[in-house]
Amino acid sequence: MPKDNGIGASTKRREDVRFLTGAGNYTDDVNVYGQAYVHFLRSDVAHGRISKIDTSAAEAMPGVVRIFTGKDFEGIGGLPCGWQVTDRHGAAMKEPGHPVLAQGKVRHVGDPIAAVVAESLAEARDAAEAIEVEIEDLPAVVDMKAALESGAAKVHDDLDDNLCYDWGFVEENKEAVDKAISEAAHVTTLELKNNRLVANPMEPRVAVGDYSAANDESTLFTTSQNPHVIRLLMGAFVLGIPEHKLRVVAPDVGGGFGTKIFHYAEEAFCTFAARQLKRAVKWTSTRSEAFMSDAHGRDHVTKIELALDADNNFTAIRTETYANMGAYLSTFAPSVPTWLHGTLMAGNYKTPLIYVNVKAVFTNTVPVDAYRGAGRPEATYQLERVIDKAARELGVDPIALRRQNFITEFPYATPVAVEYDTGDYPATMDKLEEIADIKGFAARRAESEKRGKLRGLGVNCYIEACGIAPSNLVGQLGARAGLYDAATVRVNATGSISVMVGAHSHGQGHETSFPQVVAEMLGIDESMVDIVHGDSSKIPFGMGTYGSRSIAVCGSAMVRATEKIINKAKKIAAHLLEASEADIELKDGQFSVAGTDKSVAWGDVTLAAYVPHNYPLEDIEPGLEETAFYDPANFTYPSGAYACEVELDPETGKVTIERFAAADDFGNIINPMIVSGQVHGGLAQGIGQALLEDCAYDETGQLISASYMDYAMPRADDVPFYAVDHSCQTPCTHNPLGVKGCGEAGAIGSPPSVINAVIDALHSGGHSHVTHIDMPASPSRVWAAMHG
Amino acid sequence: MTKVSMTVNGKSVSGEVEGRTLLVQFLRENLRLTGTHVGCDTSQCGACVVHVDGEAVKACTMFAGEAEGAQVTTIEGMANADGSLNTIQQAFQDHHGLQCGFCTPGMVMSAAALLKENPQPSEAEVRDYLEGNICRCTGYHNIVKAIMAASGQDVGKIAAE
Repeated sequence: MPKDNGIGASTKRREDVRFLTGAGNYTDDVNVYGQAYVHFLRSDVAHGRISKIDTSAAEAMPGVVRIFTGKDFEGIGGLPCGWQVTDRHGAAMKEPGHPVLAQGKVRHVGDPIAAVVAESLAEARDAAEAIEVEIEDLPAVVDMKAALESGAAKVHDDLDDNLCYDWGFVEENKEAVDKAISEAAHVTTLELKNNRLVANPMEPRVAVGDYSAANDESTLFTTSQNPHVIRLLMGAFVLGIPEHKLRVVAPDVGGGFGTKIFHYAEEAFCTFAARQLKRAVKWTSTRSEAFMSDAHGRDHVTKIELALDADNNFTAIRTETYANMGAYLSTFAPSVPTWLHGTLMAGNYKTPLIYVNVKAVFTNTVPVDAYRGAGRPEATYQLERVIDKAARELGVDPIALRRQNFITEFPYATPVAVEYDTGDYPATMDKLEEIADIKGFAARRAESEKRGKLRGLGVNCYIEACGIAPSNLVGQLGARAGLYDAATVRVNATGSISVMVGAHSHGQGHETSFPQVVAEMLGIDESMVDIVHGDSSKIPFGMGTYGSRSIAVCGSAMVRATEKIINKAKKIAAHLLEASEADIELKDGQFSVAGTDKSVAWGDVTLAAYVPHNYPLEDIEPGLEETAFYDPANFTYPSGAYACEVELDPETGKVTIERFAAADDFGNIINPMIVSGQVHGGLAQGIGQALLEDCAYDETGQLISASYMDYAMPRADDVPFYAVDHSCQTPCTHNPLGVKGCGEAGAIGSPPSVINAVIDALHSGGHSHVTHIDMPASPSRVWAAMHG
Repeated sequence: MTKVSMTVNGKSVSGEVEGRTLLVQFLRENLRLTGTHVGCDTSQCGACVVHVDGEAVKACTMFAGEAEGAQVTTIEGMANADGSLNTIQQAFQDHHGLQCGFCTPGMVMSAAALLKENPQPSEAEVRDYLEGNICRCTGYHNIVKAIMAASGQDVGKIAAE
């Protein structure tokens, strides 16, 4: 019988009611009395020197309140980078300034030059057209390898070149890896691109800055995954507003996928302008603005070599990756191709020697940062593609080759500095073979072939590091922040509970799943527990939601705080029951004395805490409210095995996804319905990357996919019903819930199986010269590969 | 500025708009009916779908002035008279057909239009009809299930959890 309350129940989401009735409160729904509107004038060239900005005609336009340019931000801090990488030679990465509004130069299409504040948005837009801007065109660097050639135009004049860092990991292993590869029985080499993507949450970014002169307080309403991070970065490093005078609110947020982690110029601008103008200032991104100002994702060019011995055991992996940073360093950009990518290169396999080299490059493109999976999809893609290629070269079954090399003993210390606590990779592969009906594939292929279609099967595994992250470890790796999280459990006098959490929910369903945990621990109904999130004035300092960390880190903080509540409540119950605290048991919302029929209800204890007439005041304080900060001891390591079946039309090169199966191990599960939904969404994004999505620049740095007319988002008829399973559960050993996190798995695990399936289909049709197709495997690319 | 009048969710409303004011702006800004969302600039995403005289329309594709005298229904007008979720809304909640909720109003409005013209759509028909509604969260699995369930079909046999 499935549970209907607490941990493990597929409780329907309470937040759905407001979203389904139009009662959600997204940032663009926030309107402050007297607000003005801002429109940003953005660069339409990729690289140039601003020789003139004349705003005089625009200032005379109707409704214009004030026009800001880079001059207004001289001496004001630029946007900070939150992660410093040290290169192979021990030097710090290059860290150029990132002004709020362009100072002297524009460095990518979309770089903001001026901001027009007006009484209406239409008037702001009209006035922006009257601003005279002269830009002296400079040659743009777009291709990463070309950007590193001597004589290439420099994105930042004050840097020696366009190389941000040249990172080696683990540098001490390099010689041994080189030796193992030179002596290997077989080496498979693959060069590939991990295509640049745009996260595209359906809600574009919005910022509303407000200012109260009465108490010198600023408020920013913003589309953020982590309001406290924004408050700290913007307050301390950009605008110099002390945190007690700055409130950041992220109300309902319409999807994030990483791109709403970062601190953006528009947030700083609206907060700054509201202080200057003493009135609220609102900015709502258009979709095209989003394409040229939201941090992009991926964009790696990689060469990977996999060495095997004569028995097909993996002996070494060597990679060389060029990672695009774009024109500026976005908040966490340097960490993505390094610590979130290099540390995952062991995957699910016991390869003893690994060396990863990453060259991060500045180009005249939009900054690149974390997008769902962030580094881990890039690692998984190259590893699982090269394994498939090796299997084909060696003439062995790709599943058998994987199984042979699986890590089977835990804990397992990889050669890339992480220790997996638990996992059972053969079990997830067994489950995958069952739910994907791998045995039935041959018959399905024969049926497709009867219709003149090619059918391919692609399989891959993945491992990810979630629950980001142990603060002392990430500090050593260059993070300029801790990565704990926090929860305050406030029990009200009549027994209902408000839990203030540092994690932010923007689709993950925390308002439903987090109460399940508290309700389970106290033995009360979930409906008695509410979650409060997203407002820095209401919640403890938490680091927010990304890296599949919410339940593993913030959920653990919530458990710790609830444990404190239980401990104190037991003291109160012992007093009320005139018993020893050690004898008090809590079950189903009742405190009882062990071995007796004496008990007192949850609500009686909570009331006593707030009406302490009969209360142990000499021992404990009144009230029932506890806070816990939780800093994880390790990352968590979800894993899984995925299978994709495609049908390929040899006439057109069009690939359709016929079946997709995902067997995941997320450790313990709080709400199975929500977990399945998270996987579904990740799969669609991974399938989108593999077949449809591509953020493309031309050689002059023009962004040629800046709307949904040009950037192919997955639609309902691009994907099938998925078969997902998370019954393989090896609980995390170091957090109190045994949870691992599930938000990114689908996006990490799906692209390689799609491309593996496409290659398999082509080989079945006699196109065995095709060993690789870069994503997205569009009909034109597939057709060209077939006929190339 | 010109005056427009229409009926929205059964109530007569009017307001002063510019010629360039879109219906979606009129709904969101003049009437403060913020359930209708704007997700793109090119009429691709469908977050702004409303019903105008019974037809599903992207409210970013028509001027407010063009809706003069029309009967407009938005997501705020979809619940049952007692305020409870209607069949489609309830199916979306039952089958976890939404995550961040931003595309959801448009999805519900499109689903209602689909079921009006095709009361028992197949999976392929649902997917085809939703061509103009983009969701980034759900991978569509549970949206398709929810719409088929709302039409009275037993989705337990059609798709896994």
